[in-house]
Amino acid sequence: MSVLLELQGVTAFYGAIQALKGIDLVVNEGEIVTLIGANGAGKSTLMMTICGTPAARDGRIIYDGTDIHAMPTHEIMRRRIAQSPEGRRIFARMSVYENLLMGAHGGDQVAAAQTMEQVFVMFPRLKERRDQRGGTLSGGEQQMLAIGRALMSRPRLLLLDEPSLGLAPLVSKAIFAAIKALNRTTGLTVLLVEQNAVQALKLAHRGYVLVNGAITMQGTGAELLARPEIRAAYLEGGH
Amino acid sequence: MAYALQQLINGITLGMIYGLIAVGYTMVYGIIGMINFAHGDVFMIGAFLSLIALTGLGMLGITYVPLALFLTLIFAAGIAALYGWTIERVAYRPLRGSFRLAPLISAIGMSIALQNFAQVAQGARDKNLPELIPGGFKIFEENGFVVQLSWMQIVITVVTVALLGLFTWLVTKTSLGRAMRACEQDMKMTSLLGIDVNRTIGLTFVIGAALAAVAGLLFLLYYGSINFYIGFNAGVKAFTAAVLGGVGSLPGAVIGGLAIGLIEAFWSGYASVEYKDVAAFSVLIVVLIFMPTGLLGRADVEKV
Repeated sequence: MSVLLELQGVTAFYGAIQALKGIDLVVNEGEIVTLIGANGAGKSTLMMTICGTPAARDGRIIYDGTDIHAMPTHEIMRRRIAQSPEGRRIFARMSVYENLLMGAHGGDQVAAAQTMEQVFVMFPRLKERRDQRGGTLSGGEQQMLAIGRALMSRPRLLLLDEPSLGLAPLVSKAIFAAIKALNRTTGLTVLLVEQNAVQALKLAHRGYVLVNGAITMQGTGAELLARPEIRAAYLEGGH
Repeated sequence: MAYALQQLINGITLGMIYGLIAVGYTMVYGIIGMINFAHGDVFMIGAFLSLIALTGLGMLGITYVPLALFLTLIFAAGIAALYGWTIERVAYRPLRGSFRLAPLISAIGMSIALQNFAQVAQGARDKNLPELIPGGFKIFEENGFVVQLSWMQIVITVVTVALLGLFTWLVTKTSLGRAMRACEQDMKMTSLLGIDVNRTIGLTFVIGAALAAVAGLLFLLYYGSINFYIGFNAGVKAFTAAVLGGVGSLPGAVIGGLAIGLIEAFWSGYASVEYKDVAAFSVLIVVLIFMPTGLLGRADVEKV
């Protein structure tokens, strides 16, 4: 397996507050890797730092053999990295169709139309709501739209930040199944942040545990699921 | 009746020029939520660039009017676009992310700088241009009062409506337009989709400035006289038009421009010329009090 993304000693700050304290992390091509941790541990910051917003202060972020940590966000994202961010960040005053087109910005229109059909097969609800404004969708539909929009660029690396947040269990199951299917059939590499640690660790090949901006544990999904301290901290009281 | 019709025609023409300038305000406001107070002065610069180009072409012996106007349009819009880009780059971009008033103050400073620059470079006196598009129609005559519709008035109306159509299409249907609207709603998300936000904002200023230059050329041709101060007055009127129409709405900008133009024309015709600005700005105050989102503006109600 070749390494697709590697973080070496990455730090990030919000003003004077250090949000990431030297992160080392590897995502191999074709893997699903999950990042678990409590609220405020720095999971979303890590996802955003990979995308250069905020930019990493120290360390290196090597994607596909190139150090991207000092590049502007839009240049990083043009290297077929896509993010479905925390809070979904749907364009509320654009239609579902336009939101999806935004995901394929600058790309070939024929390919975009094909990819959109695939997204509609994955999330038929989006097809029904195609001309509705993003702001009028339910939370679950917005989440589908955020993921669909990320897939529109046909990414090699998909960063998914809390895709099941606020979703009914059935919908969240469907989304996890869709991610798994994409990974199997297209070899899509996924870095997943999840509050639902059991579901995430079952799905992922490997996982990292983030505590206060630092990685404290790592292992395969099954290994981490079996660790008592993980159970105590993140799983009990979960689902 | 004839007199009222003539005022209607004059008001519409004036309103179209205001509307064209207002489109530039509205596009910039639409994307970064900032009132670009230097926009009126870019319009003034556009008028001067047009005058320089027409004079230059005249000296070169290019006097065939359609060709001269076409070349002038390209020159003025091109150079004004450069102004727009530069203004954004030096006066606004460094202040992005700063407190909200900072770019506004910078814009007022830029406005004064442009006025003074034009005053020093071109002199303070009015510059005149002979009529290039003369003539028109007599629409009808009543008791010796002739209602005129000049070719120039037709040109102004056609150009404004055509540009409004073009830019509405640009904003609603093209990928650049989508990128602009996306920047307006969420710049960070827009950059996460691989879009260069700075470039998109820069392009918006370029387009707005080019439109202002077109308005400047039309103003020069219509009134035949310009000075360094025209940008202030027209700018404030166009700003009023943008607010009246609903800041952020392109058709709103032109409708607002028409409203201001008509109020001015009828007020000048039936009440007093001296008080026409008072009438126009009273409308601004009334609109801000009773309809803060303007005629076609949107109320920001969204599900979160």
